[in-house]
Amino acid sequence: MKKVYSRIESIKGNVISVKATDVTYGELAEVKTRFGTSLAEVNRLDEDLVSLQVFAGGRGISTGDEVRFLGNPMRVSFGDSLKGRIFTGSGEPRDKGPALHENLIPIGGPSVNPTNRIIPREMIRTGIPMIDLFNTLVKSQKLPIFSVSGEPYNQLLARIAMQAEVDLIILGGMGLKYDDYLFFKDTLEEGGSLQKTIMFVHTAADPVVECLMVPDLSLAVAERFALKGLNVLVLLTDMTNFADAMKEIAITQEQVPSNRGYPGDLYSQLASRYEKAVDFADSGSITILAVTTMPGDDVTHPVPDNTGYITEGQFYLKGGRIEPFGSLSRLKQQVNGKTRADHRAIMDGMIKLFAAYRDTLEKKSMGFQMSAWDQKLLKYGELFEKEMMDLSVNIPLEGALDKGWEMLAACFEPQETGLQTKLIEQFWPKKA
Amino acid sequence: MTNTKGAVTGVNGNMVSVRVDGAVSMNEVAYIIVGGKHLKSEIIKIQGDIVQTQVFEMTKGIKVGDPVELTGEMLAVELGPGLLGKIYDGLQNPLPEVAKKAGYFLEAGVYLDALPRDIKWDWMPVAKAGDKVERADVLGTVPEGAFTHQVMVPFGMHGSYTVKSVKPAGKYTVAEEVAVLQDESGAGVPVTMMFRWPVKRAIDCYAERLKPFEPMVTKTRIIDTFFPVAKGGTYCIPGPFGAGKTVLQQVTSRNADVDIVILAACGERAGEVVETLKEFPELIDPRTGKSLMERTIIVCNTSSMPVASREASVYTAVTMAEYYRQMGLNVLLLADSTSRWAQAMREMSGRLEEIPGEEAFPAYLESTIASFYERAGIVRLKDGRAGSVTIGGTVSPAGGNFEEPVTQATLKVVGAFHGLSRERSDARKYPAIHPLDSWSKYKGLLDADSVAWAHGFLSRGAEVGQMMKVVGEEGTSIDDYLVYLKGEFLDAVYLQQNSFDAVDASVSPERQKSMFSKCVRILGSTFDFKDKEAARGWFNQLRQRYLDINGIEWGIDVYKKADAELKAFVDERVSGLDKRAARIIESLE
Repeated sequence: MKKVYSRIESIKGNVISVKATDVTYGELAEVKTRFGTSLAEVNRLDEDLVSLQVFAGGRGISTGDEVRFLGNPMRVSFGDSLKGRIFTGSGEPRDKGPALHENLIPIGGPSVNPTNRIIPREMIRTGIPMIDLFNTLVKSQKLPIFSVSGEPYNQLLARIAMQAEVDLIILGGMGLKYDDYLFFKDTLEEGGSLQKTIMFVHTAADPVVECLMVPDLSLAVAERFALKGLNVLVLLTDMTNFADAMKEIAITQEQVPSNRGYPGDLYSQLASRYEKAVDFADSGSITILAVTTMPGDDVTHPVPDNTGYITEGQFYLKGGRIEPFGSLSRLKQQVNGKTRADHRAIMDGMIKLFAAYRDTLEKKSMGFQMSAWDQKLLKYGELFEKEMMDLSVNIPLEGALDKGWEMLAACFEPQETGLQTKLIEQFWPKKA
Repeated sequence: MTNTKGAVTGVNGNMVSVRVDGAVSMNEVAYIIVGGKHLKSEIIKIQGDIVQTQVFEMTKGIKVGDPVELTGEMLAVELGPGLLGKIYDGLQNPLPEVAKKAGYFLEAGVYLDALPRDIKWDWMPVAKAGDKVERADVLGTVPEGAFTHQVMVPFGMHGSYTVKSVKPAGKYTVAEEVAVLQDESGAGVPVTMMFRWPVKRAIDCYAERLKPFEPMVTKTRIIDTFFPVAKGGTYCIPGPFGAGKTVLQQVTSRNADVDIVILAACGERAGEVVETLKEFPELIDPRTGKSLMERTIIVCNTSSMPVASREASVYTAVTMAEYYRQMGLNVLLLADSTSRWAQAMREMSGRLEEIPGEEAFPAYLESTIASFYERAGIVRLKDGRAGSVTIGGTVSPAGGNFEEPVTQATLKVVGAFHGLSRERSDARKYPAIHPLDSWSKYKGLLDADSVAWAHGFLSRGAEVGQMMKVVGEEGTSIDDYLVYLKGEFLDAVYLQQNSFDAVDASVSPERQKSMFSKCVRILGSTFDFKDKEAARGWFNQLRQRYLDINGIEWGIDVYKKADAELKAFVDERVSGLDKRAARIIESLE
């Protein structure tokens, strides 16, 4: 039995320290306060002085409160009973289900040996043309959705959660507004996807330390399911809140800040989470889609900037649409040659024409006269925005390709599209 | 192993404080013993009887009082036959072997021999009993892939020795004794084919360092012609994310005209390393006819692997490079990315609570970067041969802004700067090396003045382009417009190169010369167009023809035919040639 310590030496923000011996780094403890019991994690050892970050926060903790060390690091229960359940950032049930204590697994485990990785090879269908057709999501890919507060990024994630062809969805919510949490819950329930979903949700009202646990909990569970052969899609929202939580703890502990107050290890911390995305050669896979809101719509802000260096591309969600420019799936070339013969050609061709449409729009706004070609582009652009970019559009890849040809045929002559003659002969819609 | 003992007194992230009871040395390796596992660490600060160590593993589970074993040795790598073709982590653990032992994950505390102990090498003695030898003198050779690997007197054996005995030709492993040397006091020292060398000390067993003079051909036109790199030189590639740093490094690692390539994947995506791991064994090295992997060593410490060994990984890589240089070989070390290495230093500096410099990087950032790049160089060995280590490092500046400390510190010490620009990569102009920002101090394939003359069209063309944005095409004179078109033409057909096209991906120096000469003809010609529309139309056609030719194998009949047609197409239009251009063309023939 571990000893109980009843004298807290210092309380700074969410970090307390006690004098204790025989404590390991990363170990959990229980802090009993008059508001209830909270978990705490050891995050610094200095001789017999042990610092702990208290999950429930430092508010109201008394120097006479009891601290009991548990002798194990943060763990999470693993098993099929997790499916359909919702937990907090400390792994407690958030729904009305029972607490799970069986088959505990450690979180934040070691990284995959690079020589055991394989070249990604399969696409994940989402039913969203801007993803499937233009920037295909690939199994084992890690992609952020760069967005700004106010954009419907959570709606997008919920749609992907419902439509993506995967075996299991794990949703990690960090600093979610309570409304957004309810939105996810209701949408997944209505859509009938809740049974293949596990949620770890930290809401904005919850203690900030729990926010730090969410990605590790989600990914540890994902890893186990992947090793059992499941294809898991991990959705994280919002990683900027995660980074801000790290910043808060680091500053409390008087760490030297690097860029805009973020700790110097921001890159390594983000990378160790994102790099959990993997395709196990003879087993399942983990794919990560993570929302990163850009403060002030600034992509050079440390969080999106470091993220961009880690992930394999990015989606820009702007004005309620996935922007075709700037958005990039670095792995799409691995899969889009194997879907349909016209996939790559339509992908490039339609984007080139859409770029021309944007130029025309600019000309138009400056009051230049519109030529016949400009008129065609304007018609095409509007159609493209409505039929392809609108987030409510939900069609399989093949449908989107067919629709692409229809749109081209509705606006242009075949030779105006810059597409190969061979493809035009095969796919150009015949006039009825 | 020393007699000093230690015990853990504190843990903060990957930094562990240890109380020691005797002598310790800076950068000494210590093992923290946790539940039977030995976790490797390096001493980075000593204050009284407390030392700070950076641990090369995750520190979860360590507690105050855990015993610490001190080795008395600095962090070192094994040098000997068998390094080529290997895939190591930052501490020279062979990753495929680790995978066999530990499975999918990199478990803490698994350390394996860097050089296989079971392979028997074909030993051929060179030294004879009675020979006087010094460190780095050749004792014998073994064949390793396409090279003759020289087994040398270990670099750490200072002083002079007499060879007492040498094993006859035969098959031996790296751990078997192949010779016995006698030091000045008469004591015998057994020598094997392998020895250890501390990574943070440069190998200096050469006669003298030379000035880099010979270009290192990369078969990338913009580099070889405009911003060349010399064998034994240094260069850096800074660029924002998505600008193509890693692709450029991969292309270079395939095509570079060197004997051995060492790739240090330092803190970058694991997925990118995987591509190299899977593709290199399949690719054929045109120089040796063997698999590319046989001339490659990969040091791979990706972003999610422990940060302290990321710091060590670039040193591990450069030490192996210096070792092969000692055999008279030309070695290229590509480090991707040095920013991640600098960030690893920053993390440790923060934990040591050092006073931070700019952007919280430690004050010694510049000198550390400088001393790393200074380990490159072309050297004359004691037997007169030359060997070189060339270092190319990518830099990932925060926000793509080159004003940040790592880029600036790197620019001070390198000989060439290949700055990648977001603007060019967005416009799909690859390689996205910015022709106006980049520079090189090395001599290239072509005469520097001729290149500067051609480069003038790029800068003047860009000026006209800027001006046109303000005054419109109408406000630009036809002469200026032609300069603009010529600049754009040179950019499109010469600077840009399609690394996914089998032919265009690698262009031989001869072809570069011939092509450059053809471009000079266009740049130096006077034209007589009736209006800008006509000029643009003609240049568009010209560009298309050049690009088509770029995709045709050099010298074959189809190429000759296309080339002749192109010449006729140009002849029909030009009306005179600038004297300077004529001289350049003449000098290239």
